[in-house]
Amino acid sequence: MKTNIRGWGGWLLLALVVVYVGFLIAAPIGSLVNGAFTSGLSEAWQSLTSEPFLQSVWLSIRIAVVVVLVQAIFGSLTAWVLTRQDFFGKALINGLLDIPFALSPVVVGYMLLLLFGRNGILGPLMESLNIQVAFAVPGMFLATLFVSLPFMVREMTPVIQQLDFSQESAAATLGASKWRIFWQVIFPQLKTALIYGMTLTFARALGEFGAVLVIGGGVQGRTETATLYIFRSLDERQYTDAYVAAIVLGCFSVMLVLLADALKRKRSQD
Amino acid sequence: MDLTLIQGGRKTGLSKWFLRVPALLYVTLMILVPLIVIVEDGFRAGLSGLIHQISVPIAQHAILLTLWTAALMTLINAIMGLATAYVLVRYEFPGKQLLNAIVDLPLSIPTLVTGVMLVMLYGPQSALGAFLSEKIGLDIIFAPPGIVVALLFISFPFVVRTIQPVLMNLDLTQEEAAATLGAKPWYTFRKVVLPTLLPPLLSGSLLSFSRAVGEFGAVVIVAGNIPLKTQTAAVYVLGAVESENRLGASAVSLLLLTIAILVLMTANGIQKAWENRHEN
Repeated sequence: MKTNIRGWGGWLLLALVVVYVGFLIAAPIGSLVNGAFTSGLSEAWQSLTSEPFLQSVWLSIRIAVVVVLVQAIFGSLTAWVLTRQDFFGKALINGLLDIPFALSPVVVGYMLLLLFGRNGILGPLMESLNIQVAFAVPGMFLATLFVSLPFMVREMTPVIQQLDFSQESAAATLGASKWRIFWQVIFPQLKTALIYGMTLTFARALGEFGAVLVIGGGVQGRTETATLYIFRSLDERQYTDAYVAAIVLGCFSVMLVLLADALKRKRSQD
Repeated sequence: MDLTLIQGGRKTGLSKWFLRVPALLYVTLMILVPLIVIVEDGFRAGLSGLIHQISVPIAQHAILLTLWTAALMTLINAIMGLATAYVLVRYEFPGKQLLNAIVDLPLSIPTLVTGVMLVMLYGPQSALGAFLSEKIGLDIIFAPPGIVVALLFISFPFVVRTIQPVLMNLDLTQEEAAATLGAKPWYTFRKVVLPTLLPPLLSGSLLSFSRAVGEFGAVVIVAGNIPLKTQTAAVYVLGAVESENRLGASAVSLLLLTIAILVLMTANGIQKAWENRHEN
């Protein structure tokens, strides 16, 4: 056994940490996996293939995909502007970007309700345009966009900061157009961070719960995402449905992030 | 093409606006506008109305419960996060990679799923939950301890991941010098290591506190929604929205927003001051 721990104090500290992490994180994960299968594989399979579950997963994926695409474009753009340009109010914008991390998702949903709800400020405008935002998918999309906004920006910022100016200058001196410089010089250096940021955003969007509950209402078949399906199943005491859906959602999110991590590590070794 | 166009932060001409305007519009419309709406709506009944709404017994209880559970979590998380980071950076042991990977898991697991997992482990129907409840008299699920455990789970990575890089860059020679001079490990840690780690420890803890105050998904499952007992501030807002209590929802929302901004600003301030000191 290879170790550099000397004295009983070190071993005690290690044991404390291992027990803590084991109880706090590993044990709950284990009990979820265990619970999903206690009622038998066939029942678990039935839950997985039930119409409401599949519908809710499909809605979650659709919202998450659109959110990721919007975030990839506007998040990267924001990161670019924040690192490469100086302007009045930059500190404010930077500060604003931290808020979605800390603000309660329930409050996020409620803010959108105040904007787009029946008595909301933009309610009449949306009605005249015949667009339903509150208690509909567009509102849930906006809520998910809000909560996942920092991920892309924070992932791209350090990479843009480290971009090599001399390469860009060289390309420019050789007469390359701005467009060509972007695609052939800058973009290849940003690609890994872009994919990583998109994966994190996707995982965050899939797992969003509080904000889409408040703005969407969680109507089965219409505004029910995978997380809202789990919540409703618990409420209706359909525990197998809830547990199976929770384990699928949990495993999928973890796998996504592990894949992205592996990709990042591989790139940094190259 | 003019080199100054792409060098440094100051571009000339229209092209900078071509990028800047959509980026600023995006952040402003997405984040600032909803924030302004909540501030405006919170003050709809004036400051006295706002204070009245948050001092309604149910609301007040929910706010205090949120604050003390988050504070207790922050304290435990600071100590255990520091210990975990120290073990991960300074010790070599089998299974270290696994431990390091587990630290990140709470970040990728949806918080609602976290809540479901904790109910399954500690709930009254599980062996462990029944044992704790009957033999020790400790109820975890549908009680405040469950809230603290859920908050500990979701915020575990914050302190570990802020401390780890700083600890890695820390100069080992100072510690070795202290050890050579006969200092005990704990004394060395307190006098040599801890002072350097204090700023990142503080800002990481504050971040986890702000995250915990707003947490909803894990808490609503673990604590249930019992007014005056296990209802937290975020869950109170949900109830107020559902019962069309707009004044109450707006007031508590505004309070949550204020706490989030104040804590973030303090954390950023500590981080900035510390970075400046290091540059000098």
